[in-house]
Amino acid sequence: MPGKLRTEPGVADPDAFYARLIELHEGLSQDESNKLNAKIILLLANQVGDDAALQEILEYARNSLKK
Amino acid sequence: MAKFQDVGKARRRARQARRTYPFTRPQELGSPEVRHFPVVIAGGGPIGLATAVDLARHGIASVVLEKTNTVSDGSRAICWAKRTLEILDRLGTGEQMLAKGITWNQGYVYFGNDPEPLYTFDLLPDKEQKFPAFINLQQYYAEEYLVEKLAACPDSELRWQNEVVGVENGTQGVRVTARTPEGEYRLDCDYLVAADGCRSPVRTMLDLDFEGRVFEDHFLIADVRMKADFPAIRRFWFDPPFNPGRTSLIHKQADDVWRIDFQMGWHVDREEALKEENVDRMVRAFLGPDIDFEYEWVSLYTFQCRRMQHFVHDRVIFAGDSAHLVSPFGARGANGGLQDVDNLAWKLALVLKGKAPPALLASYDAERIQGADENILNSSRSTDFMTPKSEVSLAFRNATLELARDFPFARRFVNPGRLSVPCVLDGSPLNTPDEDRFTDRQRPGAPCIDAPVRVAGKDMWLLKQLGDRFVGLYFADGAAPKDVPGVEVLTVSSGFAANLQDCKGLVAKHFDAKPGTFYLIRPDQHVAARWRRFDPARVGTALARARGGSNALA
Repeated sequence: MPGKLRTEPGVADPDAFYARLIELHEGLSQDESNKLNAKIILLLANQVGDDAALQEILEYARNSLKK
Repeated sequence: MAKFQDVGKARRRARQARRTYPFTRPQELGSPEVRHFPVVIAGGGPIGLATAVDLARHGIASVVLEKTNTVSDGSRAICWAKRTLEILDRLGTGEQMLAKGITWNQGYVYFGNDPEPLYTFDLLPDKEQKFPAFINLQQYYAEEYLVEKLAACPDSELRWQNEVVGVENGTQGVRVTARTPEGEYRLDCDYLVAADGCRSPVRTMLDLDFEGRVFEDHFLIADVRMKADFPAIRRFWFDPPFNPGRTSLIHKQADDVWRIDFQMGWHVDREEALKEENVDRMVRAFLGPDIDFEYEWVSLYTFQCRRMQHFVHDRVIFAGDSAHLVSPFGARGANGGLQDVDNLAWKLALVLKGKAPPALLASYDAERIQGADENILNSSRSTDFMTPKSEVSLAFRNATLELARDFPFARRFVNPGRLSVPCVLDGSPLNTPDEDRFTDRQRPGAPCIDAPVRVAGKDMWLLKQLGDRFVGLYFADGAAPKDVPGVEVLTVSSGFAANLQDCKGLVAKHFDAKPGTFYLIRPDQHVAARWRRFDPARVGTALARARGGSNALA
């Protein structure tokens, strides 16, 4: 995919991050998990900042659901 | 005498055992005298046998007590990692393993019904090494080779149908009671190595802990014999059409045996799942109707990630599955166990010869607990990825797999098993921390990386020149310095005059060596210390520390 999106590995220890992410949800109800994910997404969006990159992410993610 | 209860349930044709070994009446039976051995080893699996062979290399006599009369009666452990092959090469069976096994370096990961892999990975980035990333070989071959090797050690014994039924552990030694078909007898030893497997009777007799997680899932292994032209790579599926919503794996072994592994879910009826028609149905769904096959071994298993809090308890030392258990994804069970052996044998030998304080054995505990924790962490994470435990973790898992089709970053998050790599013993009390600047790769605690060298004009491998004793690698031309007692110094350079001619320059590259660089290498081929300049006093201090001396384990 062209554009602003970083597609090469950027997280130093992917296994550790993934495990922390899943652990974060442990013991939560579905509603709580949804809210947790929403907060994480908004925080990450603010961290990214770049409007073009965010737009690309939103479009990719939505379009990928149609596959 | 079947060793494992699952064998043969799926089909009577499944192998019961390869061959049996005769029971020989031990001379101690009926004798009032209690014989003494330096080391008794409970369990004649790969870990117990390798321990005995390694000890014999150090001149330490041992007796292995094995309760059955045969080697493993199923394929069981099949993936032998490069480091394990290097350890076995030091023990003398590595080349047999390599010749008989199926070499593989690559893994392919598939998702859904897409015939193209989601991605592939290569486990051997540095090609110029004696051994490949992995070979696949049925466990019984590994055991048979070690049985042969042990038979050639005159002071070591392997006693079939001798079961350890009593252990009196003391601060000065251990009294072991063994049961045979003709009665019981006792042996005394300085140390008992408990290599008696995941249900370790010795662990139970000593009433010791074994803590960790049980994973709520079942996996079906169907090892089948067939002529198939599938590639000899590790192929792993998420959500394949032949096992929807779950995972599967296929992998080639020697003698046209193939391991096929199916995730089955937690709520299965064990009896039902193992019925011949049900196993057939699973295998046929994968292979299709046309391939002829017969069963080699069938097993339905669950798994746990557990370890003992400590592996050394007075004079009883635990190694392999008795000390730690992992899920099979990652091949970290037998491979982890053989790293235990590699770590333990030289230490035990030095202690028994009075050349190192008993405290050196505490470093086995520290170093191998570190190794076990690394293995448990990696195999737990793989299992959590494969077996999502909640809706949200399933959503993340599937999102990761879908993203992995499009993006390289997401492939790093996909976890189909992180395959066994040797533990770097960072922070070990035996290491001398760097004072000089080096790259990280061969830092203190790291196992040495193999490379081609020339010795007296002949092509050899570096690792074959190391091991069993402390070696100094001195990157210099000319004569080796002789003034470090207890260290055999080998010079390394690109010239002919050196002990080891670094013919391709790879040794210097891996070790980040410059003229004058000196490495102190442990008997298990791990780096103990390194310097930019050779200083006999510093080497002596580092050697004392690596042998559990006054600078360590105070």
